[in-house]
Amino acid sequence: MSPLTSLGQKTLDALESLGRSAIFLAQALCHLPRAEGVRLWLRQMYFVGVMSLPIVAVSGLFIGMVIALQGYLVLSGFGADEALGQMVALSLLRELAPVVTALLFAGRAGSALTAEIGLMKATEQLSSMEMIGVDPLRRVISPRLWAGFVSMPILTVFFSVIGIAGGYLVGVDWLGVDQGSFWGNMQSSVVFMDDVMNGMLKSVVFGVVVTWIAVFQGYDLVPTSEGISRATTRTVVFGSLAVLGLDFILTALMFGEF
Amino acid sequence: MKRSKWLETGVGAFVLAGFLGLVFLGLQVSGLAPGQAEQNFTVHANFSNIGGLKERSRVTMAGVTVGRITDIELDPQWLEGRITMKIDSDVGEKLSEDSTASILTAGLLGEKYIGLSTGGAPEMIKDGGTIRDTQSALVLEELIQQFVSNMSK
Repeated sequence: MSPLTSLGQKTLDALESLGRSAIFLAQALCHLPRAEGVRLWLRQMYFVGVMSLPIVAVSGLFIGMVIALQGYLVLSGFGADEALGQMVALSLLRELAPVVTALLFAGRAGSALTAEIGLMKATEQLSSMEMIGVDPLRRVISPRLWAGFVSMPILTVFFSVIGIAGGYLVGVDWLGVDQGSFWGNMQSSVVFMDDVMNGMLKSVVFGVVVTWIAVFQGYDLVPTSEGISRATTRTVVFGSLAVLGLDFILTALMFGEF
Repeated sequence: MKRSKWLETGVGAFVLAGFLGLVFLGLQVSGLAPGQAEQNFTVHANFSNIGGLKERSRVTMAGVTVGRITDIELDPQWLEGRITMKIDSDVGEKLSEDSTASILTAGLLGEKYIGLSTGGAPEMIKDGGTIRDTQSALVLEELIQQFVSNMSK
């Protein structure tokens, strides 16, 4: 096969899978959770959201602490260590909380979703469901998608709050930055509608994209053990790249002055 | 059934804690105080140089924060910076007609804010009125320039 043919084939394959995933998302979202669907959704919320809490909390704490430490070393060189609270809060709310939470989410929850759905497909549970007249999109896919969409912003809030607490711990309790100027500078520079809400908006977008990629990779994989392992890897790689790329675009749209 | 109950409680606690976290981000981190709704007394002031004042900068009286700057624009008639601020109405009602507004700096290089001080005139400023007596920002470069040109004389 000539290189040109293989390039064309790859491009067409990529476009085709993009189109399939869009149709898949539209079909799955048309099924809003009903009475029984809510129970399924709650169950997925528990596995996707609540169980991701420890890793998000620990990462948030350490990232908040390390920003405070690094920021203090730079800012104290200018005698501006009072601005530490502002720096910790803004970098967490605008960038680090949505992005790092989404990356952790892709690694922890996304890969699990892909593997679970992929194994269901490989063991032909999905086709048996269709056989007995249960729509797998409604029964399996839709609750997982909605659980991912809802839990991602909540996890991001946790990340920010715990990160700011970690920054407070290092900045105020350890390095001795004045408590009043830590909170005061933070409050005078953070704008709720701009900083907090734009961070939330980012996390909603990331939640949709990462969950979509994870669930679609599981649903669309080649039903072999090798296919499952490839799809799981693709979830983490594509999910992380999509988050990082979208983050730049969203930041340029939200905070860029043009 | 028992396990399902536990699971539902876990999810409920998760969502509730997320909401509380958002409230924390609103109140403690962004400083959205519930009492801010009372800051609805509008005063304008013109400055020949606003030097780094921003929207949402503090307005103080005797060092106590009493309001925020809500709008900064160029007055097309006088080509001066025109500032709109909202302050506590019980403070605003006590501002006399000859009150002064000056742009101050927290520390040598810190943030700029407005300091109000009241005068002795019997007439009070009305809501939406303008403070006439203003003192512009102290611009470090201009001071250094003056100092250097005085030295070289």
